[in-house]
Amino acid sequence: MPDTLVALYVFVLACFIGYFVIWGVTPALHTPLVALTNAISGIVIVGALLVAGAESAGTAAEIIGFFAVLLASINVFGGFLVTNRMLAMFKKKDKK
Amino acid sequence: MEISANTQALAYLVSAILFIFALKGLTHPSSARRGNYYGMAGMALAVGATLMGSEVQSYGFIIAGVAAGAVIGTVLASRVQMTAMPQLVAALHSFVGMAAVLVALGTYMNKAQAGLLNPVLMGELSAGIVIGAITFSGSVIAFGKLQGLISGAPVIFKGQHMLNAVLAAVTVALAIYFGLTESVWALVLMTLLAFVLGFTLIIPIGGADMPVIISMLNSYSGWAAAATGFTLGNNLLIIVGALVGFSGAILSYIMCRAMNRSIINVVFGGFGGETEAGSSAVAQAAEKGVKAASVEDAIYWMEDANRVIIVPGYGMAVAQAQHALKELLELLEDRGVEVKFAIHPVAGRMPGHMNVLLAEADIPYDHVLEMDEINPEFATTDVALVVGANDVTNPAAKTDPSSPIYGMPILDVAKAHNVYVIKRSMRPGYSGVENLLYYQDNCSLIFGDAKDVCEGMVTALKGGGH
Repeated sequence: MPDTLVALYVFVLACFIGYFVIWGVTPALHTPLVALTNAISGIVIVGALLVAGAESAGTAAEIIGFFAVLLASINVFGGFLVTNRMLAMFKKKDKK
Repeated sequence: MEISANTQALAYLVSAILFIFALKGLTHPSSARRGNYYGMAGMALAVGATLMGSEVQSYGFIIAGVAAGAVIGTVLASRVQMTAMPQLVAALHSFVGMAAVLVALGTYMNKAQAGLLNPVLMGELSAGIVIGAITFSGSVIAFGKLQGLISGAPVIFKGQHMLNAVLAAVTVALAIYFGLTESVWALVLMTLLAFVLGFTLIIPIGGADMPVIISMLNSYSGWAAAATGFTLGNNLLIIVGALVGFSGAILSYIMCRAMNRSIINVVFGGFGGETEAGSSAVAQAAEKGVKAASVEDAIYWMEDANRVIIVPGYGMAVAQAQHALKELLELLEDRGVEVKFAIHPVAGRMPGHMNVLLAEADIPYDHVLEMDEINPEFATTDVALVVGANDVTNPAAKTDPSSPIYGMPILDVAKAHNVYVIKRSMRPGYSGVENLLYYQDNCSLIFGDAKDVCEGMVTALKGGGH
Protein backbone atom coordinates (compact mmCIF):
# COMPACT_ATOMS: atom_id res chain seq x y z
CA MET A 1 0.00 0.00 0.00
CA PRO A 2 1.51 3.37 -0.94
CA ASP A 3 2.28 5.81 1.89
CA THR A 4 -0.40 8.30 0.84
CA LEU A 5 -3.05 5.60 1.13
CA VAL A 6 -1.79 4.62 4.60
CA ALA A 7 -2.04 8.29 5.55
CA LEU A 8 -5.60 8.35 4.25
CA TYR A 9 -6.48 5.30 6.41
CA VAL A 10 -5.02 7.00 9.47
CA PHE A 11 -6.89 10.21 8.66
CA VAL A 12 -10.30 8.59 8.21
CA LEU A 13 -9.99 6.46 11.35
CA ALA A 14 -8.85 9.49 13.36
CA CYS A 15 -11.94 11.35 12.14
CA PHE A 16 -14.09 8.66 13.73
CA ILE A 17 -12.20 8.94 17.02
CA GLY A 18 -12.68 12.72 16.90
CA TYR A 19 -16.39 12.31 16.24
CA PHE A 20 -16.98 10.05 19.23
CA VAL A 21 -14.69 11.84 21.68
CA ILE A 22 -16.00 15.34 20.93
CA TRP A 23 -19.67 14.40 21.31
CA GLY A 24 -18.78 13.38 24.87
CA VAL A 25 -17.53 16.83 25.80
CA THR A 26 -19.90 18.63 28.17
CA PRO A 27 -21.35 21.86 26.67
CA ALA A 28 -20.22 23.78 29.76
CA LEU A 29 -16.63 23.22 28.63
CA HIS A 30 -17.03 24.21 25.00
CA THR A 31 -14.89 27.34 25.36
CA PRO A 32 -12.03 25.39 27.00
CA LEU A 33 -12.51 22.81 24.23
CA VAL A 34 -11.94 25.45 21.56
CA ALA A 35 -8.89 26.74 23.45
CA LEU A 36 -7.48 23.25 23.96
CA THR A 37 -7.96 22.22 20.33
CA ASN A 38 -6.29 25.50 19.50
CA ALA A 39 -3.30 24.50 21.59
CA ILE A 40 -3.04 21.02 20.13
CA SER A 41 -3.43 22.25 16.56
CA GLY A 42 -0.15 23.95 17.41
CA ILE A 43 1.14 20.47 16.52
CA VAL A 44 2.04 22.06 13.17
CA ILE A 45 5.13 23.03 15.17
CA VAL A 46 6.42 19.57 14.26
CA GLY A 47 6.27 20.56 10.59
CA ALA A 48 7.83 23.92 11.42
CA LEU A 49 10.74 22.23 13.22
CA LEU A 50 11.34 19.99 10.21
CA VAL A 51 11.44 23.00 7.89
CA ALA A 52 13.61 25.18 10.13
CA GLY A 53 16.03 22.41 11.11
CA ALA A 54 16.41 20.55 7.82
CA GLU A 55 19.99 19.99 6.77
CA SER A 56 19.24 21.04 3.20
CA ALA A 57 17.39 24.21 4.24
CA GLY A 58 18.60 27.41 2.57
CA THR A 59 18.47 30.77 4.34
CA ALA A 60 15.01 31.59 2.95
CA ALA A 61 13.60 28.27 4.17
CA GLU A 62 15.25 28.79 7.56
CA ILE A 63 13.63 32.20 7.98
CA ILE A 64 10.25 30.86 6.89
CA GLY A 65 10.78 27.99 9.33
CA PHE A 66 11.64 30.41 12.11
CA PHE A 67 8.37 32.30 11.72
CA ALA A 68 6.41 29.06 11.52
CA VAL A 69 8.05 27.86 14.75
CA LEU A 70 7.32 31.22 16.38
CA LEU A 71 3.62 31.27 15.44
CA ALA A 72 3.08 27.62 16.34
CA SER A 73 4.76 28.03 19.73
CA ILE A 74 2.59 31.05 20.55
CA ASN A 75 -0.33 28.71 19.96
CA VAL A 76 1.08 25.89 22.03
CA PHE A 77 2.03 28.00 25.03
CA GLY A 78 -0.88 30.44 24.80
CA GLY A 79 -3.44 27.71 24.16
CA PHE A 80 -2.47 25.34 26.97
CA LEU A 81 -2.00 28.14 29.52
CA VAL A 82 -5.27 29.87 28.80
CA THR A 83 -7.09 26.51 28.90
CA ASN A 84 -5.51 25.84 32.26
CA ARG A 85 -6.54 29.26 33.51
CA MET A 86 -10.13 28.71 32.45
CA LEU A 87 -10.39 25.19 33.84
CA ALA A 88 -9.02 26.34 37.18
CA MET A 89 -12.09 28.56 37.50
CA PHE A 90 -14.60 25.73 37.17
CA LYS A 91 -15.28 24.83 40.77
CA LYS A 92 -17.92 22.90 42.61
CA LYS A 93 -19.87 24.58 45.37
CA ASP A 94 -17.54 25.42 48.28
CA LYS A 95 -18.29 23.64 51.49
CA LYS A 96 -19.56 26.24 53.87
CA MET B 1 21.39 11.81 21.34
CA GLU B 2 19.63 10.83 18.17
CA ILE B 3 16.70 8.45 18.03
CA SER B 4 15.79 6.18 15.14
CA ALA B 5 12.82 6.81 12.86
CA ASN B 6 11.01 3.86 14.45
CA THR B 7 11.46 5.14 17.98
CA GLN B 8 10.25 8.53 16.79
CA ALA B 9 7.16 6.99 15.21
CA LEU B 10 6.35 5.18 18.47
CA ALA B 11 6.77 8.41 20.44
CA TYR B 12 4.34 10.08 18.01
CA LEU B 13 1.85 7.28 18.63
CA VAL B 14 2.02 7.81 22.40
CA SER B 15 1.67 11.53 21.81
CA ALA B 16 -1.47 10.99 19.69
CA ILE B 17 -2.99 8.85 22.47
CA LEU B 18 -2.22 11.57 25.02
CA PHE B 19 -4.05 14.11 22.83
CA ILE B 20 -7.09 11.85 22.64
CA PHE B 21 -7.10 11.55 26.44
CA ALA B 22 -6.72 15.33 26.67
CA LEU B 23 -9.98 15.83 24.75
CA LYS B 24 -11.63 12.98 26.62
CA GLY B 25 -10.82 14.82 29.88
CA LEU B 26 -13.23 17.59 28.91
CA THR B 27 -16.14 15.20 29.42
CA HIS B 28 -16.47 16.62 32.93
CA PRO B 29 -15.08 19.67 34.75
CA SER B 30 -13.54 17.44 37.43
CA SER B 31 -11.31 15.60 34.94
CA ALA B 32 -10.69 18.54 32.61
CA ARG B 33 -7.49 19.91 34.13
CA ARG B 34 -5.89 16.48 34.10
CA GLY B 35 -6.86 16.31 30.43
CA ASN B 36 -5.07 19.57 29.74
CA TYR B 37 -1.92 18.17 31.36
CA TYR B 38 -2.15 15.11 29.09
CA GLY B 39 -2.27 17.53 26.18
CA MET B 40 0.84 19.36 27.38
CA ALA B 41 2.65 16.04 27.85
CA GLY B 42 1.64 14.95 24.36
CA MET B 43 2.96 18.16 22.86
CA ALA B 44 6.23 18.00 24.81
CA LEU B 45 6.76 14.41 23.69
CA ALA B 46 6.00 15.24 20.04
CA VAL B 47 8.39 18.20 20.00
CA GLY B 48 11.10 16.25 21.86
CA ALA B 49 10.85 13.30 19.49
CA THR B 50 11.03 15.59 16.47
CA LEU B 51 14.09 17.45 17.74
CA MET B 52 15.90 14.20 18.54
CA GLY B 53 15.14 12.70 15.12
CA SER B 54 17.72 12.64 12.35
CA GLU B 55 15.89 15.18 10.18
CA VAL B 56 16.49 18.17 12.44
CA GLN B 57 20.12 19.21 12.16
CA SER B 58 20.34 22.87 13.10
CA TYR B 59 18.83 24.36 16.21
CA GLY B 60 19.56 28.10 16.19
CA PHE B 61 16.36 29.31 14.50
CA ILE B 62 14.32 26.74 16.39
CA ILE B 63 15.47 27.81 19.84
CA ALA B 64 14.93 31.47 18.97
CA GLY B 65 11.44 30.77 17.58
CA VAL B 66 10.30 28.64 20.50
CA ALA B 67 11.70 31.08 23.08
CA ALA B 68 10.00 34.09 21.50
CA GLY B 69 6.76 32.14 21.00
CA ALA B 70 6.80 30.96 24.61
CA VAL B 71 7.14 34.50 25.92
CA ILE B 72 4.43 35.95 23.65
CA GLY B 73 2.05 33.02 24.27
CA THR B 74 2.50 33.14 28.03
CA VAL B 75 1.94 36.89 28.19
CA LEU B 76 -1.18 36.65 25.99
CA ALA B 77 -2.64 33.79 28.00
CA SER B 78 -2.04 35.33 31.40
CA ARG B 79 -3.19 38.86 30.53
CA VAL B 80 -6.35 38.16 28.53
CA GLN B 81 -9.68 39.06 30.10
CA MET B 82 -12.26 36.28 30.13
CA THR B 83 -14.67 38.47 28.16
CA ALA B 84 -11.99 38.81 25.46
CA MET B 85 -11.59 35.05 25.10
CA PRO B 86 -13.28 34.93 21.66
CA GLN B 87 -10.74 37.45 20.33
CA LEU B 88 -7.80 35.49 21.71
CA VAL B 89 -9.12 32.29 20.19
CA ALA B 90 -9.57 34.00 16.81
CA ALA B 91 -6.02 35.34 16.99
CA LEU B 92 -4.62 31.90 17.84
CA HIS B 93 -6.55 30.35 14.95
CA SER B 94 -4.95 32.84 12.59
CA PHE B 95 -1.49 31.82 13.86
CA VAL B 96 -2.14 28.13 13.15
CA GLY B 97 -3.34 29.05 9.67
CA MET B 98 -0.28 31.16 8.94
CA ALA B 99 2.08 28.54 10.41
CA ALA B 100 0.52 25.91 8.12
CA VAL B 101 1.06 28.16 5.09
CA LEU B 102 4.69 28.79 6.07
CA VAL B 103 5.38 25.12 6.73
CA ALA B 104 3.99 24.23 3.31
CA LEU B 105 6.07 26.93 1.56
CA GLY B 106 9.19 25.94 3.49
CA THR B 107 8.64 22.27 2.71
CA TYR B 108 8.23 23.16 -0.96
CA MET B 109 11.57 24.99 -0.93
CA ASN B 110 13.42 22.18 0.81
CA LYS B 111 11.91 19.47 -1.39
CA ALA B 112 12.43 21.48 -4.59
CA GLN B 113 16.09 21.91 -3.70
CA ALA B 114 16.45 18.19 -3.04
CA GLY B 115 14.59 17.42 -6.30
CA LEU B 116 11.89 15.44 -4.50
CA LEU B 117 8.77 17.13 -5.91
CA ASN B 118 5.96 15.01 -7.34
CA PRO B 119 2.32 15.76 -8.26
CA VAL B 120 0.86 14.08 -5.16
CA LEU B 121 3.14 16.06 -2.86
CA MET B 122 2.36 19.29 -4.67
CA GLY B 123 -1.36 18.59 -4.37
CA GLU B 124 -0.95 18.10 -0.63
CA LEU B 125 1.14 21.27 -0.39
CA SER B 126 -1.56 23.23 -2.20
CA ALA B 127 -4.23 21.90 0.15
CA GLY B 128 -2.14 22.94 3.17
CA ILE B 129 -1.54 26.41 1.76
CA VAL B 130 -5.14 27.07 0.70
CA ILE B 131 -6.75 25.84 3.95
CA GLY B 132 -4.10 27.57 6.04
CA ALA B 133 -4.47 30.87 4.17
CA ILE B 134 -8.27 30.86 4.44
CA THR B 135 -7.97 30.09 8.15
CA PHE B 136 -5.53 32.96 8.56
CA SER B 137 -7.35 35.77 6.82
CA GLY B 138 -10.78 34.53 7.98
CA SER B 139 -9.58 34.54 11.60
CA VAL B 140 -8.08 38.00 11.21
CA ILE B 141 -11.50 39.29 10.09
CA ALA B 142 -13.23 37.43 12.93
CA PHE B 143 -10.75 38.99 15.36
CA GLY B 144 -11.40 42.46 13.95
CA LYS B 145 -15.17 42.02 14.28
CA LEU B 146 -14.94 40.70 17.84
CA GLN B 147 -12.50 43.40 18.91
CA GLY B 148 -14.69 46.07 17.33
CA LEU B 149 -11.95 47.13 14.88
CA ILE B 150 -14.34 46.53 12.01
CA SER B 151 -18.12 46.64 12.05
CA GLY B 152 -19.78 43.56 13.43
CA ALA B 153 -22.68 44.01 11.05
CA PRO B 154 -22.86 41.66 8.10
CA VAL B 155 -21.23 43.25 5.04
CA ILE B 156 -23.25 42.24 2.03
CA PHE B 157 -22.78 43.34 -1.54
CA LYS B 158 -24.17 42.28 -4.86
CA GLY B 159 -22.50 39.35 -6.57
CA GLN B 160 -20.85 38.23 -3.35
CA HIS B 161 -21.54 34.54 -3.83
CA MET B 162 -20.50 34.78 -7.46
CA LEU B 163 -17.22 36.42 -6.45
CA ASN B 164 -16.51 33.72 -3.87
CA ALA B 165 -17.34 30.97 -6.34
CA VAL B 166 -15.04 32.47 -8.97
CA LEU B 167 -12.22 32.98 -6.47
CA ALA B 168 -12.55 29.39 -5.24
CA ALA B 169 -12.61 28.00 -8.79
CA VAL B 170 -9.54 30.00 -9.86
CA THR B 171 -7.68 28.96 -6.70
CA VAL B 172 -8.35 25.28 -7.38
CA ALA B 173 -7.39 25.68 -11.05
CA LEU B 174 -4.09 27.28 -10.02
CA ALA B 175 -3.45 24.44 -7.57
CA ILE B 176 -3.93 21.89 -10.34
CA TYR B 177 -1.76 23.89 -12.73
CA PHE B 178 0.95 24.10 -10.07
CA GLY B 179 0.77 20.35 -9.46
CA LEU B 180 1.19 19.61 -13.15
CA THR B 181 3.80 22.21 -14.09
CA GLU B 182 5.67 23.12 -10.87
CA SER B 183 5.10 26.76 -11.84
CA VAL B 184 6.19 28.96 -8.94
CA TRP B 185 3.94 31.76 -10.21
CA ALA B 186 0.89 29.54 -9.94
CA LEU B 187 1.93 28.73 -6.37
CA VAL B 188 2.32 32.38 -5.39
CA LEU B 189 -0.92 33.45 -7.08
CA MET B 190 -2.82 30.56 -5.49
CA THR B 191 -1.53 31.54 -2.05
CA LEU B 192 -2.57 35.16 -2.50
CA LEU B 193 -6.03 34.23 -3.80
CA ALA B 194 -6.58 31.89 -0.84
CA PHE B 195 -5.86 34.80 1.53
CA VAL B 196 -8.39 36.94 -0.34
CA LEU B 197 -10.94 34.11 -0.22
CA GLY B 198 -10.68 33.84 3.59
CA PHE B 199 -11.43 37.55 3.74
CA THR B 200 -14.43 37.51 1.42
CA LEU B 201 -15.90 34.39 3.06
CA ILE B 202 -15.97 35.79 6.61
CA ILE B 203 -16.64 39.52 6.04
CA PRO B 204 -20.38 39.03 5.29
CA ILE B 205 -21.05 37.24 8.58
CA GLY B 206 -22.59 39.20 11.46
CA GLY B 207 -21.41 39.49 15.06
CA ALA B 208 -23.94 37.23 16.74
CA ASP B 209 -23.12 34.40 14.33
CA MET B 210 -19.62 34.42 15.79
CA PRO B 211 -20.13 31.19 17.78
CA VAL B 212 -20.51 29.38 14.46
CA ILE B 213 -17.61 31.21 12.82
CA ILE B 214 -15.24 30.60 15.72
CA SER B 215 -16.14 26.91 15.60
CA MET B 216 -15.77 26.80 11.83
CA LEU B 217 -12.34 28.43 11.88
CA ASN B 218 -11.39 26.07 14.70
CA SER B 219 -12.30 23.25 12.35
CA TYR B 220 -10.32 24.78 9.45
CA SER B 221 -7.22 25.11 11.63
CA GLY B 222 -7.50 21.36 12.28
CA TRP B 223 -7.83 20.52 8.59
CA ALA B 224 -4.84 22.78 7.89
CA ALA B 225 -2.78 20.74 10.38
CA ALA B 226 -4.01 17.49 8.79
CA ALA B 227 -3.07 18.73 5.30
CA THR B 228 0.40 19.58 6.63
CA GLY B 229 0.56 16.02 7.97
CA PHE B 230 -0.18 14.61 4.51
CA THR B 231 2.55 16.82 3.02
CA LEU B 232 5.14 15.64 5.50
CA GLY B 233 3.90 12.05 5.63
CA ASN B 234 3.51 12.57 9.37
CA ASN B 235 0.73 10.49 10.96
CA LEU B 236 0.72 12.46 14.21
CA LEU B 237 -0.21 15.66 12.41
CA ILE B 238 -2.87 13.81 10.46
CA ILE B 239 -4.44 12.35 13.61
CA VAL B 240 -4.36 15.60 15.58
CA GLY B 241 -5.63 17.57 12.59
CA ALA B 242 -8.57 15.20 12.22
CA LEU B 243 -9.39 15.44 15.95
CA VAL B 244 -9.33 19.23 15.90
CA GLY B 245 -11.11 19.42 12.56
CA PHE B 246 -13.94 17.26 13.81
CA SER B 247 -14.12 19.12 17.10
CA GLY B 248 -14.73 22.39 15.28
CA ALA B 249 -17.15 20.78 12.84
CA ILE B 250 -19.25 19.27 15.63
CA LEU B 251 -19.29 22.57 17.53
CA SER B 252 -20.43 24.36 14.35
CA TYR B 253 -23.21 21.81 13.98
CA ILE B 254 -24.31 22.21 17.62
CA MET B 255 -24.34 26.00 17.27
CA CYS B 256 -26.34 25.89 14.02
CA ARG B 257 -28.82 23.43 15.52
CA ALA B 258 -29.30 25.77 18.47
CA MET B 259 -30.29 28.53 16.04
CA ASN B 260 -32.36 26.24 13.83
CA ARG B 261 -30.31 27.29 10.84
CA SER B 262 -28.16 25.37 8.42
CA ILE B 263 -24.44 26.03 8.17
CA ILE B 264 -25.06 27.14 4.57
CA ASN B 265 -27.53 29.72 5.84
CA VAL B 266 -25.04 31.06 8.40
CA VAL B 267 -22.13 31.22 5.97
CA PHE B 268 -24.05 32.67 3.03
CA GLY B 269 -27.06 34.14 4.80
CA GLY B 270 -25.90 37.51 6.10
CA PHE B 271 -28.56 37.14 8.78
CA GLY B 272 -29.66 39.96 11.04
CA GLY B 273 -30.11 43.68 10.78
CA GLU B 274 -33.47 43.67 9.04
CA THR B 275 -36.47 44.48 11.18
CA GLU B 276 -39.38 42.24 10.37
CA ALA B 277 -42.25 44.19 11.85
CA GLY B 278 -45.91 43.56 11.39
CA SER B 279 -46.37 39.85 12.03
CA SER B 280 -49.83 39.62 13.53
CA ALA B 281 -48.96 38.31 16.99
CA VAL B 282 -46.46 41.08 17.58
CA ALA B 283 -48.90 43.72 16.44
CA GLN B 284 -51.52 42.50 18.88
CA ALA B 285 -49.06 42.33 21.72
CA ALA B 286 -47.65 45.76 20.99
CA GLU B 287 -51.03 47.32 21.67
CA LYS B 288 -50.94 45.89 25.15
CA GLY B 289 -47.66 47.68 25.81
CA VAL B 290 -44.93 46.46 28.10
CA LYS B 291 -44.64 46.77 31.84
CA ALA B 292 -41.65 48.50 33.33
CA ALA B 293 -40.56 47.50 36.82
CA SER B 294 -38.08 48.75 39.39
CA VAL B 295 -35.28 46.86 41.09
CA GLU B 296 -37.37 46.76 44.27
CA ASP B 297 -40.29 45.06 42.48
CA ALA B 298 -38.02 42.27 41.33
CA ILE B 299 -36.38 41.88 44.72
CA TYR B 300 -39.82 41.69 46.38
CA TRP B 301 -40.64 38.55 44.40
CA MET B 302 -37.15 37.09 44.39
CA GLU B 303 -36.37 37.07 48.07
CA ASP B 304 -39.46 35.07 49.03
CA ALA B 305 -39.23 32.77 46.04
CA ASN B 306 -38.57 29.06 46.22
CA ARG B 307 -36.68 29.00 42.97
CA VAL B 308 -35.09 31.70 40.82
CA ILE B 309 -33.56 30.99 37.42
CA ILE B 310 -31.12 33.50 35.97
CA VAL B 311 -30.72 33.58 32.17
CA PRO B 312 -27.50 35.30 31.12
CA GLY B 313 -26.79 36.46 27.58
CA TYR B 314 -24.25 38.52 25.69
CA GLY B 315 -25.52 41.64 27.50
CA MET B 316 -24.16 40.19 30.74
CA ALA B 317 -20.74 39.79 29.14
CA VAL B 318 -20.73 43.33 27.75
CA ALA B 319 -21.75 44.82 31.10
CA GLN B 320 -19.44 42.48 33.08
CA ALA B 321 -22.38 41.73 35.35
CA GLN B 322 -21.25 38.22 36.35
CA HIS B 323 -19.63 39.27 39.62
CA ALA B 324 -22.75 41.12 40.75
CA LEU B 325 -24.74 38.00 39.87
CA LYS B 326 -22.49 35.92 42.11
CA GLU B 327 -23.29 38.25 45.03
CA LEU B 328 -26.97 38.08 44.16
CA LEU B 329 -26.72 34.30 44.16
CA GLU B 330 -25.16 34.22 47.63
CA LEU B 331 -27.64 36.68 49.15
CA LEU B 332 -30.60 34.77 47.75
CA GLU B 333 -29.21 31.41 48.88
CA ASP B 334 -28.76 32.83 52.40
CA ARG B 335 -32.50 33.47 52.33
CA GLY B 336 -33.17 29.88 51.32
CA VAL B 337 -33.91 30.57 47.67
CA GLU B 338 -32.80 27.96 45.16
CA VAL B 339 -30.90 29.77 42.37
CA LYS B 340 -29.94 28.24 39.03
CA PHE B 341 -28.46 29.57 35.82
CA ALA B 342 -29.84 28.61 32.40
CA ILE B 343 -27.51 28.66 29.41
CA HIS B 344 -28.61 28.63 25.78
CA PRO B 345 -26.00 27.02 23.49
CA VAL B 346 -25.51 30.19 21.41
CA ALA B 347 -25.49 32.69 24.27
CA GLY B 348 -22.42 34.92 23.89
CA ARG B 349 -19.83 35.11 21.15
CA MET B 350 -18.35 31.61 21.30
CA PRO B 351 -19.49 28.16 22.38
CA GLY B 352 -19.63 27.93 26.18
CA HIS B 353 -18.82 31.65 26.60
CA MET B 354 -21.35 32.16 29.44
CA ASN B 355 -20.10 29.15 31.40
CA VAL B 356 -16.58 30.55 31.48
CA LEU B 357 -17.74 34.00 32.60
CA LEU B 358 -19.88 32.52 35.38
CA ALA B 359 -17.00 30.27 36.42
CA GLU B 360 -14.77 33.35 36.48
CA ALA B 361 -17.14 34.93 38.99
CA ASP B 362 -16.79 31.79 41.17
CA ILE B 363 -20.31 30.61 40.48
CA PRO B 364 -20.19 26.82 41.07
CA TYR B 365 -20.69 24.86 37.85
CA ASP B 366 -23.34 22.61 39.40
CA HIS B 367 -25.62 25.68 39.52
CA VAL B 368 -25.24 26.22 35.79
CA LEU B 369 -27.52 24.13 33.59
CA GLU B 370 -27.89 23.61 29.85
CA MET B 371 -31.11 24.35 27.97
CA ASP B 372 -32.46 20.80 27.85
CA GLU B 373 -31.80 20.20 31.54
CA ILE B 374 -33.42 23.38 32.78
CA ASN B 375 -36.38 23.88 30.45
CA PRO B 376 -38.76 21.56 32.35
CA GLU B 377 -38.08 23.57 35.54
CA PHE B 378 -39.30 26.98 34.36
CA ALA B 379 -42.98 26.08 34.89
CA THR B 380 -42.34 25.58 38.63
CA THR B 381 -40.06 28.61 38.96
CA ASP B 382 -41.20 31.71 40.83
CA VAL B 383 -38.91 34.23 39.17
CA ALA B 384 -36.90 34.06 35.95
CA LEU B 385 -34.37 36.88 35.68
CA VAL B 386 -33.13 37.52 32.13
CA VAL B 387 -29.82 39.37 32.06
CA GLY B 388 -28.93 40.61 28.59
CA ALA B 389 -30.44 37.71 26.63
CA ASN B 390 -33.13 38.28 24.02
CA ASP B 391 -33.81 36.06 21.02
CA VAL B 392 -33.15 32.85 22.96
CA THR B 393 -36.12 33.63 25.24
CA ASN B 394 -38.59 34.63 22.51
CA PRO B 395 -41.72 32.45 22.63
CA ALA B 396 -42.41 33.45 19.01
CA ALA B 397 -39.92 30.72 18.11
CA LYS B 398 -42.58 28.26 19.25
CA THR B 399 -45.86 30.02 18.58
CA ASP B 400 -45.49 32.19 15.49
CA PRO B 401 -44.78 30.26 12.27
CA SER B 402 -44.30 33.55 10.41
CA SER B 403 -41.40 34.59 12.66
CA PRO B 404 -37.90 34.39 11.16
CA ILE B 405 -36.74 32.57 14.29
CA TYR B 406 -39.62 30.06 14.25
CA GLY B 407 -38.35 26.59 15.14
CA MET B 408 -35.30 27.77 17.03
CA PRO B 409 -34.99 25.95 20.38
CA ILE B 410 -35.49 28.50 23.19
CA LEU B 411 -35.33 28.69 26.96
CA ASP B 412 -38.90 28.40 28.29
CA VAL B 413 -38.55 31.57 30.34
CA ALA B 414 -42.12 32.55 29.42
CA LYS B 415 -43.49 29.74 31.59
CA ALA B 416 -42.07 31.09 34.86
CA HIS B 417 -44.58 32.71 37.26
CA ASN B 418 -42.80 36.04 37.08
CA VAL B 419 -40.26 37.14 34.50
CA TYR B 420 -37.96 40.13 34.92
CA VAL B 421 -35.86 41.19 31.96
CA ILE B 422 -32.93 43.56 32.40
CA LYS B 423 -32.57 45.54 29.19
CA ARG B 424 -30.98 48.77 28.14
CA SER B 425 -33.66 49.80 25.67
CA MET B 426 -36.60 48.43 23.70
CA ARG B 427 -34.37 47.66 20.73
CA PRO B 428 -35.02 44.20 19.30
CA GLY B 429 -32.35 41.51 19.58
CA TYR B 430 -29.82 40.49 17.00
CA SER B 431 -32.32 38.72 14.77
CA GLY B 432 -34.27 41.99 14.52
CA VAL B 433 -37.37 40.18 15.76
CA GLU B 434 -39.61 41.63 18.47
CA ASN B 435 -39.60 39.51 21.60
CA LEU B 436 -43.17 38.41 22.42
CA LEU B 437 -42.05 37.59 25.94
CA TYR B 438 -42.06 41.28 26.87
CA TYR B 439 -45.77 41.61 26.15
CA GLN B 440 -46.82 38.75 28.39
CA ASP B 441 -48.72 39.55 31.58
CA ASN B 442 -46.14 37.83 33.79
CA CYS B 443 -43.21 39.76 32.32
CA SER B 444 -41.78 43.11 33.38
CA LEU B 445 -38.78 44.98 32.06
CA ILE B 446 -36.16 46.67 34.18
CA PHE B 447 -34.42 49.25 32.04
CA GLY B 448 -30.75 49.87 32.70
CA ASP B 449 -27.21 48.52 32.38
CA ALA B 450 -27.08 44.86 33.46
CA LYS B 451 -24.29 45.44 35.95
CA ASP B 452 -25.90 48.52 37.53
CA VAL B 453 -29.24 46.77 37.91
CA CYS B 454 -27.70 43.62 39.41
CA GLU B 455 -25.63 45.70 41.81
CA GLY B 456 -28.79 47.61 42.72
CA MET B 457 -30.46 44.30 43.55
CA VAL B 458 -27.51 43.30 45.72
CA THR B 459 -27.63 46.61 47.60
CA ALA B 460 -31.37 46.30 48.10
CA LEU B 461 -31.02 42.77 49.46
CA LYS B 462 -28.18 43.78 51.77
CA GLY B 463 -30.38 46.55 53.10
CA GLY B 464 -32.71 43.82 54.32
CA GLY B 465 -35.17 43.87 51.47
CA HIS B 466 -38.67 44.89 52.34
